[in-house]
Amino acid sequence: MSSGRILPFGPSLAQAPEPLPPPGKAQRGEAEAAPLGPDDQQRFRSLVLPHMDAAYNFARYLSRDASLAEDLVQDAFLRAFKGFAGFRGGDPKAWLFAIVRSSHLTWARSRGAGLTAVPEDFEDVPAEGDTPEQALVRQGEVDTVRGAISALPEPFRETLVLRELEELSYREIAEVTGAPIGTVMSRLARARSMLLAALGPEETSS
Amino acid sequence: MSACPDKEMLLHGLLDGELDAANTAAIEAHLKTCPGCAEAFRGLQSLSARLAAPGVAYRAPDALRTRIEAMAATPEPKPRRLRAAAPWALSGGFGALAATFALMLSLPSTTALEDQLIASHVRSTMEQHLVDVQTSDRHTVKPWFNGRVDFAPPVVDLADQGFPLVGGRLDYIDGKVVAAVVYRRNKHVVNLFIWKAQPGIASPAPARAHAGYAVVHWRENGLEFWAVSDVEARDLEAFHQAFAKLTQT
Repeated sequence: MSSGRILPFGPSLAQAPEPLPPPGKAQRGEAEAAPLGPDDQQRFRSLVLPHMDAAYNFARYLSRDASLAEDLVQDAFLRAFKGFAGFRGGDPKAWLFAIVRSSHLTWARSRGAGLTAVPEDFEDVPAEGDTPEQALVRQGEVDTVRGAISALPEPFRETLVLRELEELSYREIAEVTGAPIGTVMSRLARARSMLLAALGPEETSS
Repeated sequence: MSACPDKEMLLHGLLDGELDAANTAAIEAHLKTCPGCAEAFRGLQSLSARLAAPGVAYRAPDALRTRIEAMAATPEPKPRRLRAAAPWALSGGFGALAATFALMLSLPSTTALEDQLIASHVRSTMEQHLVDVQTSDRHTVKPWFNGRVDFAPPVVDLADQGFPLVGGRLDYIDGKVVAAVVYRRNKHVVNLFIWKAQPGIASPAPARAHAGYAVVHWRENGLEFWAVSDVEARDLEAFHQAFAKLTQT
């Protein structure tokens, strides 16, 4: 095999190290940061606010709990807002995701290990723009796919959502999750093969 | 039929647009001659399409969007504080006006913390977030905090004073887990946040209005107390006095 960007990984990397803390300052530091000037507030609104749906989607699949996801996203935006003065370029979406992820970690630790949210039922939120009949059919498929994603173990679920739903590059996923790129790649491959096994062939294609 | 084991990661890389030109050309040539890899690649493409279907990704609820947009649009705190204090000052004459300014000048700069407390209070009044343990029995609420926080928050019965106990919950303020004891005043919620005092933090202040919410802060027995509510500031001060009277013995 010729040398390419994809090469540096191996099965030994499948055991990921503990994720790194998120970029930026610790919470206490954020709280003490100087208040944002009007220019920074405007930048925050134009750079970070547009990623609210993405942040919620990520938090929702991370936590598998609708109300907890709201709390996590609100907490993350509060922290992002206070820490925005420390944001030095880079992709604001990946930066925000790292904060959402950190909020989720903090929550999980504060509740103690083993007390994770029970996967919820996937019955809500019809897709927009459908007729009621289409919505019914589509909702069945959407529920199936959502349920299959939610059943993935966390590192695989997280990597898959960041790549397939949020379209982050391998490098950005590595930054958000604190895992080496090789680990990101093997998690993604594993997540996809688990999903293919769980979902089977698409109903409409049979 | 399945993909060649040594090509599997390249298929993912191709799908994700992460290969350089040489690898892209090599794997595309391979796909033309290897039915197993070609089938596996079609499977990956089809999976991606299913995951990208509308409705699979969640969208932020409107209420959350409204709250966050309001937070990001918050003006500088100073004029807001002045507005909050102004009607009270005007009705009380010049003495009260002077007192108000004296109060404002002596205020510690803890607005970031107060904003967090108010955000937490608002969040708690959204459905299902008010309490983790719901009971009006203080003998149930107090032990509930055992092992959840590393101090013993005092929980008192203030029903006779017009503040029935609702329950307790854990919250997250300023980088630490804190106890929140929840009371009611008629239809209003009073959140009492409690955590271990650190040296050098702002001294107690009387109840005052802050962005439409009343906030009162005191310190006792090595604990910080912050009460937040949308009741009148004087009602919250009454709550503070009643609470302190029962815990000072």
